Amino acid sequence: MSEPWEDDELDGPVRKFMYVNRRAPYGTIYALESLEVVLIAAAFEQDVSLVFMDDGVYQIKKGQNTEAIGVKNFSPTYRALEGYDVEKLYVEKESLESRGLTADDLVVPVQVVDRNQLAELMEEQEVILSF
Amino acid sequence: MAIEVNGKSLEVDEEGYLADLNQWEPEVATIMAKEDGTELTDAHWEVINFLREYYEEYQIAPAVRVLTKAIGKKLGKEKGNSKYLYELFPYGPAKQACKYAGLPKPTGCV
Repeated sequence: MSEPWEDDELDGPVRKFMYVNRRAPYGTIYALESLEVVLIAAAFEQDVSLVFMDDGVYQIKKGQNTEAIGVKNFSPTYRALEGYDVEKLYVEKESLESRGLTADDLVVPVQVVDRNQLAELMEEQEVILSF
Repeated sequence: MAIEVNGKSLEVDEEGYLADLNQWEPEVATIMAKEDGTELTDAHWEVINFLREYYEEYQIAPAVRVLTKAIGKKLGKEKGNSKYLYELFPYGPAKQACKYAGLPKPTGCV
């Protein structure tokens, strides 16, 4: 029998998962649920990438203050993704620009890609989950 | 469910995790460990304090793989490995140490 610390490697194929975040961070549970699923998938050592588009770009906007709505500000958790080896974060250029934002307004380093580049990235995926 | 700490009754969930992170004090860890038959050493505290700092910064409890790597970075390679952490926390370093630290059960806990 193997010792628990020898059981680190999980067998099975590594698949390409893309999580597409399209909604504002608060008001619905989608953003937080997506983040939790991402962390779980990453713990199973899958190839994970995240997309932020439409109002989803607000999920990673700096300076969130949720005090008045009485829910937890979970935006700091996006900065933990690097430690989970989730390093492919894409933001749709058009969504960012139409909201008057730039990559400097975001809590994590991202790759800004335009609509066409994003379509190509989606073509490469095995699983796409939209939140 | 609740645990008694310094004359106060603190609510815990069915697995023994503290319901309110803000109620944590070092004594909580000592008492939880005692129930598991463990005497906390400086080595345990190093991990518990690390977890509290991690939670403060990222607002989550890290998965075990992430914890192991982060400990290695912060406290050195001889501590950033599963064997060392499992010896300190035989019930699972993330689960058991997070509980003592007053954190919720790690997301993606395996």
